[in-house]
Amino acid sequence: MKEKKITLAHGNGGRLMHEIIELLRIKFSNKALNEMTDAAELYTGTGHLAFSTDSFVVKPLFFPGGDIGKLSICGTVNDISMKGAKPLFISLALIIEEGLEFSVLDRIASSVRESSRKAGVKVVTGDLKVVERGACDKIFINTSGIGVIERKGFRIGAKAKAGDVILINGGIAEHGMAILNARENLGFESGIKSDCANLNFAAEKALKASKNISVMRDPTRGGLATALNEIAGASDFGIEINEKDIPIKKNVKSLCDVLGFDPLYVANEGKFICFAGEKDAGKVKKALGPEARIIGEVTSRHKKEVYLKTTAGANRILPMLETDQLPRIC
Amino acid sequence: MKKKKIRLMEVCGTHTMAIARSGIKKLLPREIELISGPGCPVCVTPQSDIDRAVKIAGTKDVIMATFGDMMRVPGTGGSLEGAKRDGADVRIVYSCTDALKIAEDNPLKKVVFMGVGFETTSPTVASTVLEAEKRKVRNFFILSNFKVLFPALEALASSKRIKVDGFICPGHVSVITGSVPYECVAKRYGKPCVITGFDDSDIINGIKRLVDQVRAHSSKVEIEYKRAVAKGGNVKAKKVLEKAFEARSSHWRGIGEIAKSGLKLKKEYERFDAEKEFKVKVPKPAVPKGCVCGAVLQGIKSPKNCVLFGKKCTPQTPVGPCMVSSEGTCAAYYKYGG
Amino acid sequence: MCLAVPAEVKNIKKDVAVVDFGGAKKEISLGILSGVKKGDYVLVHAGFAIGKVAKKEAQETLKALDELKRTIREDTGGK
Repeated sequence: MKEKKITLAHGNGGRLMHEIIELLRIKFSNKALNEMTDAAELYTGTGHLAFSTDSFVVKPLFFPGGDIGKLSICGTVNDISMKGAKPLFISLALIIEEGLEFSVLDRIASSVRESSRKAGVKVVTGDLKVVERGACDKIFINTSGIGVIERKGFRIGAKAKAGDVILINGGIAEHGMAILNARENLGFESGIKSDCANLNFAAEKALKASKNISVMRDPTRGGLATALNEIAGASDFGIEINEKDIPIKKNVKSLCDVLGFDPLYVANEGKFICFAGEKDAGKVKKALGPEARIIGEVTSRHKKEVYLKTTAGANRILPMLETDQLPRIC
Repeated sequence: MKKKKIRLMEVCGTHTMAIARSGIKKLLPREIELISGPGCPVCVTPQSDIDRAVKIAGTKDVIMATFGDMMRVPGTGGSLEGAKRDGADVRIVYSCTDALKIAEDNPLKKVVFMGVGFETTSPTVASTVLEAEKRKVRNFFILSNFKVLFPALEALASSKRIKVDGFICPGHVSVITGSVPYECVAKRYGKPCVITGFDDSDIINGIKRLVDQVRAHSSKVEIEYKRAVAKGGNVKAKKVLEKAFEARSSHWRGIGEIAKSGLKLKKEYERFDAEKEFKVKVPKPAVPKGCVCGAVLQGIKSPKNCVLFGKKCTPQTPVGPCMVSSEGTCAAYYKYGG
Repeated sequence: MCLAVPAEVKNIKKDVAVVDFGGAKKEISLGILSGVKKGDYVLVHAGFAIGKVAKKEAQETLKALDELKRTIREDTGGK
């Protein structure tokens, strides 16, 4: 790593963050960690568990479509679900800045409760710390989750398989754009809501529809492009997606256009991609719901890279997120 | 007989990016070569302008408002993003009017707007200055780092170093200016100019019109972007711009000084001029060792000819402006390939 | 150097218009464009309407590309 200090870019979900994660992975290297899926798969001696952790530092705390509490449950439930596991138990750790109103904490806690109930998980342990004013931004939350992998015979990994078709369960870029509009006071009335949602039941449906799902991933920070690059990078294959097939709501696309944002790099919190055997594409698409789309496929060309067939008809590389996007006028 | 390639230059950063994102270059016949010119106002802003902004941003009781495009551009001593990290109040705005609002909401602070852009943008700032005058806002200032395109276009067209057969002209600058100013370039230097929109088909149609002209040895100004550009342009915008600003000589990073290619506030609006309000000394601009942004900006070199490209100079650690701007030639090349 | 996006004018009050970018609405300034009426389509740059824009006739990029390639082929003797 060339940089001597950690910068915000190291946490944006893009290439730099992957560099730090790789450094840390090497330090702790073990079979479960090295797979680098959203949740670790653990063998207990009698069964398989999935274990995951995530921290939430979103600003503003409350946004259209959700809040930090809802996000903290959905985020970890989804990581567990992406491993094909049934999420069961959550730990909840809160770091609170001195001066936060009780009413805000209460509102967040209620949201955690509602989301856990919806997901069918229980918050079974927790921790609370209060820090001086300025030492954290209002509240930071960490959740960890445990789930059971009941599926026998096939595993959800990190690598793409030859011949797989790539599906997504709905439109992209909603969460990131909802947050941006709320946080930066840009003054757009867009009706865009974060798509923050629990994906465990949707994942379950997909797995019931097909035994040929090789990868499931929820494209959060860094967006769809980054998630696809992670998967391609871990495999011996390339990925090709079609720009015209990627679903995006009209108002989300409009806001991206106005601010100069590329929706392929904007965060999602209620979407996941599924790599399924070609024969099962139709069944999995149906299971994922009416907004699901087939967006691309795994190929033997340009190994470890992701290519985009643009609306103009050209095939060009689709790299991982480099630096956070900023609103621009040029 | 082997025909030589038709070299077309686009002079608009938005075109650079649109062409790169859509992959159009890969679809074009081999006989057509697209080169990027100095159409990115971020790229051509000299280091001294950025240094001045960074110094002012670090001054007590100052709020620096800027378009997102300028946040990461490095001067000799860091960027506005770096200044923000060090505690300066730097805020990204979508419009100059947002900066004016910040000034009205913070009467005890001095709000400085970092004005960068071509003819599409400068009238919007001129309008805001007139509004500030009307509302008697006393704590609002403009750093006028605007550029005027046509003197630079003439410099490119007349250059012996740059071999260009025609220009893909910026659609949105032309919404303001109209097509008349390009006639000088076309007539005097014999280069066809086609004012082009930004959709995939706009760009391809624009290229086709240029190819047709080059074949016919013609050098006319054509408007491909008919649905938005009129010959006379936007009269009101031009009037508003003329009311608040006048031309001055300006330094284009990588190219040098070009007469009448910059803007400064007229005497009547001097009180809004940040350069007069904050007298800061900035170091003389120095080109970082190995940086060839200047040649890249003029279409003489390609990013791959630069020793720093992809190694010392990356989007995360940009050395020159062509890499840091979201529309810079090197940024496009790094992200999407040649 | 100019990201400008078309929007429909929904409402006008003096020099400020509420425009719809196709689902995203915002107040923008009409300070540098005259003759704007409700229902017009304008190009918006940095919070200002910079010009009126007519609806684009959908054109297929492939068709445009084919025409360009034909032009080049004619020029190089049909290669």
